[in-house]
Amino acid sequence: MTPQPLGTLKGFAVTFRQMFKKPLTQQYPEYKRPLYPRFRGRHRLHRHENGLEKCVGCSLCAAACPSDCIRVVAAENTADDRVSAGERYARIYEINLSRCIFCGYCELACPFDAITLGNEFELSEYSRDDLIYTKDMLLDEPIKRVPIQDPALFDTPLPAYRTKS
Amino acid sequence: MIAPFVAATSEPWWISLIKAAIIINLVLVTFAYLTLTERKVMGRMQLRYGPNRAGPFGLLQPIADLVKLVRKESFFPAAAIDVLYIFAPFIAAFAALTTFSVIPWGPGWTIDGYYVTGYVADVPIALLLIFAIGSLGIYGFIVGGWSSDSKYALLGSMRTCAQLVSYEVSLALSVLGVVLMARSLSLVDIVDHQYHDLWYVPYIVPQLVGFLVFMFAGTAETARAPFDLPEAEQELVAGYHTEYGGMRFGLFTMAEYVNLITLSALAVTLFLGGWHIPGPWLQQYGPIWFLLKLGLLLFVFIWMRATLPRLRYDQLMRFGWKVLLPVATANAVITAILVVAL
Repeated sequence: MTPQPLGTLKGFAVTFRQMFKKPLTQQYPEYKRPLYPRFRGRHRLHRHENGLEKCVGCSLCAAACPSDCIRVVAAENTADDRVSAGERYARIYEINLSRCIFCGYCELACPFDAITLGNEFELSEYSRDDLIYTKDMLLDEPIKRVPIQDPALFDTPLPAYRTKS
Repeated sequence: MIAPFVAATSEPWWISLIKAAIIINLVLVTFAYLTLTERKVMGRMQLRYGPNRAGPFGLLQPIADLVKLVRKESFFPAAAIDVLYIFAPFIAAFAALTTFSVIPWGPGWTIDGYYVTGYVADVPIALLLIFAIGSLGIYGFIVGGWSSDSKYALLGSMRTCAQLVSYEVSLALSVLGVVLMARSLSLVDIVDHQYHDLWYVPYIVPQLVGFLVFMFAGTAETARAPFDLPEAEQELVAGYHTEYGGMRFGLFTMAEYVNLITLSALAVTLFLGGWHIPGPWLQQYGPIWFLLKLGLLLFVFIWMRATLPRLRYDQLMRFGWKVLLPVATANAVITAILVVAL
């Protein structure tokens, strides 16, 4: 192999030119990239329009879960205490998100579309216990953790593969 | 011939002490912000921003790094040889900081009746001193790698040892041309000669070959890319300081960066005219010209790191012994013949 000093100099020119281009970095907490529609984030439990829970406590999600992170304890609906639309309801519904692998099998297994995977991915906690999500948390709207600022302030150009095709 | 800018005076010892303290702190600040500049410049060259979270434009990043390193636990491998393991970073950092003292950076000023020279020490054999103390600093790297009792650290320090020893020969030979032309080993004299001989032309013009060899050998000597084999991450984790953490690791990093600053300052002094600019004007702003030239050379080192991939080990050795050494020797011999003949 012969040394190629001219090629080396060309490399120097390339890196020097790069310095004056706008970086492609997306400044994360300020600018949040749009997610794909089928992105699998934190789970959510859903209600019917009349306020009853869709989940009937059948535990099929827990059976489908490969990492065994869902715990369902069912109880009977009674006339005074009607929680779900079916015969039974989930008295306890817990997902241990520190074990969850976000595969979406629970969503596929559910016969009533009671559980879906949402778009939230900012799930950091200071304690492992806080990563066990209870039924109330899963039924509620997710907490917005990082304030969203004006994206125009931190706008970065779209990468070439997004603009060209 | 005694130059107007370099008066042979003896200043009181306490002035030297104050100057030494100021210079050490300035070098350390330069080191801290060199790491930030390197990360930012390399980031921009790779279409990233680099650190921009700590303080405005990330300007507090070096301080955050320092606080983090100081607060870390000083852990200790069970099999390490304790005295050597603890003292190796000190040796490296001490040697790195000492060498800067002989580099002249200004013309000297009269402040409040006292004449203050533009250097900490004018040693008649300053150049030899720099190389001698630089070689002592290598002990820090070798001993640190060996005493950690780890395969990666040992391999890293063996590479450091082999590379530094082979490139030091070329480095010393490349400055021989300058020494022959200035007929002095004192850096103050060399800067002075560059200004007064040859109509303000710095030695980079007659000694271009020497300058190039100095830069190549210097890159290898400070283990910077593309000669950063001693700490090739892919093969060696981190090289000789694999087993170090916290501020001991910080001292090694500091030694490397201060060595880089000293080497660039040496290149400025020997080849780029030191604190002088060509021409008879504005020489009283010596430190500013010195800093500008220093910054330029440091930028070249960062630029090189962002551009060139690492050499293979046999390529490194072949380049050192079969290319640089003969070129440096030929340069020294030809300069010697010309100096005697003219």
